[in-house]
Amino acid sequence: MNTVTGTPLRPPTRAEYCVIACAEAWRDAGEILVSPMGVVPSIGARLARRTFAPDLLLTDGEALLVDLDGTVEGWLPYRQHLALVTGGRRHVMMGASQIDRFGNQNISCIGDWEKPQRQLLGVRGAPVNTLNNPTSYWVPKHSRRVFVEKVDMVCGVGYDHAAAHPDTSRFHRVPRVVSDLGVFDFATPDHSMRAASLHPGVTPAQVREATGFELTVPDDVQPTREPTAAELRLIREVIDPANTRAREVPERTAA
Amino acid sequence: MSDKTMTAEQVVSRLESGMTLGIGGWGSRRKPMALVRALLRSGVTDLTVVSYGGPDVGMLAAAGRLRKLVTAFVTLDSIPLEPHYRTAREGGAFELTEIDEAMFMWGLHAAANRLPFLPVRSGIGSDVMRVNPGLRTVTSPYEDGETFVAVPALRLDAALVHVNRADRLGNGQYLGPDPYFDDLFCEAADAAYVSCERIVDTAELTKEAAPQTLLVKRHTVTGVVEAPSGAHFTSCAPDYGRDEAFQKQYASTPWPKFAERFLDGDEQAYRSAVEAWLKEQR
Repeated sequence: MNTVTGTPLRPPTRAEYCVIACAEAWRDAGEILVSPMGVVPSIGARLARRTFAPDLLLTDGEALLVDLDGTVEGWLPYRQHLALVTGGRRHVMMGASQIDRFGNQNISCIGDWEKPQRQLLGVRGAPVNTLNNPTSYWVPKHSRRVFVEKVDMVCGVGYDHAAAHPDTSRFHRVPRVVSDLGVFDFATPDHSMRAASLHPGVTPAQVREATGFELTVPDDVQPTREPTAAELRLIREVIDPANTRAREVPERTAA
Repeated sequence: MSDKTMTAEQVVSRLESGMTLGIGGWGSRRKPMALVRALLRSGVTDLTVVSYGGPDVGMLAAAGRLRKLVTAFVTLDSIPLEPHYRTAREGGAFELTEIDEAMFMWGLHAAANRLPFLPVRSGIGSDVMRVNPGLRTVTSPYEDGETFVAVPALRLDAALVHVNRADRLGNGQYLGPDPYFDDLFCEAADAAYVSCERIVDTAELTKEAAPQTLLVKRHTVTGVVEAPSGAHFTSCAPDYGRDEAFQKQYASTPWPKFAERFLDGDEQAYRSAVEAWLKEQR
């Protein structure tokens, strides 16, 4: 068990493994803008910034670049933000209402686009993001409704569609998908999704059951790494003392 | 130099059914809602609306004024999905041109620069190409040979924007953190109408604020409307933030009921109705 100055720490929660998994997306990313969407990715970005990715740029969610204590260090209105995307100095972690085995993502609508069953947000910046800067995804509740064989509307471009346009997609990269069950990447010969690590307590059968397509789960798949004692303290006492992360990822009762 | 001040009703009297109308702001932020409310009181309909959508789009869609919408999203920000927009869209009430945030911005730039299109590294490989079969691509004439989407100019018959301050000549000033794309909307339009929290003397504009807050230039503006709380219930920093409680009320009330209680009268009646609603909440 992790201990700090002799005080035993509560073991990490699932939400805290998710924070670590998101933060790792930005390890050693250098002096780039981090754009986390969602509670857990935002905590992960701040953790990365405080530890192993100290040069990251963060926004206040509006038009300002801010230091960890809120000190304004720059101005980034939407028009400059969109220009920064095409310059590539950014790694965004978006949500996904649907994502498929090649990493195509949908946040626009469910059903036939012509007359959708459920209108969602719209494509937003997903098409431009995926062709220009690394784009990862965060799914707080891993299920067959989200991890689908084929998305209803391709917003974020996946590896199969990118491959059809090799020149235009030369900056395309989907580094990882983080869910409440594990971390997934596309490091397979055909760039289909693979389990890179499973959060402690999650079995390969469980993640396969919750995925609507054939997912590669290597025999030697590793558990998501443990947070260090210092990281846990930062998450619990400094970055998210109100424990908002648990509202996004509640503890699942043992299956 | 001409005084361009007019009322919201005078602005709307210059708009016609069937027009292409750009609406400034972003999501539920600094939307020209007083002008939209005036539009809802008029008979103007069959509109093509070009907007980074918020409640402006939700209301016009719910009221059946849209023929077509050009957008990358519609959201209330703190409430991610705009319920009245969703209902209208799921009911197939209007045509949709769905492009992404960058394509939208470059479409405005193209219009402002009198270009037929601008090349953008976006859209290709996504279903934006499938649902917009009219979109064309263009290949770099240089040795790289890369293919881009040729985003057509988003030329507008009229633009509606809301800023913090303006003078009577049409110089518009924003005092919040983000200009959004309001200057581009004005430049892309044949006629632009700027509402503002307060009309001030020209000299007043730069008394306390830096000149780079002067976002909208008078040569792009046809009319100026003084509309205090003219962005309500969207935000208009630093004059006021989003009225979250009222936005929640808007989002959770069936459209006919909301429209009947808050939008049946003029702008003064709207403010009184909001005031009365607020008292009920205490």
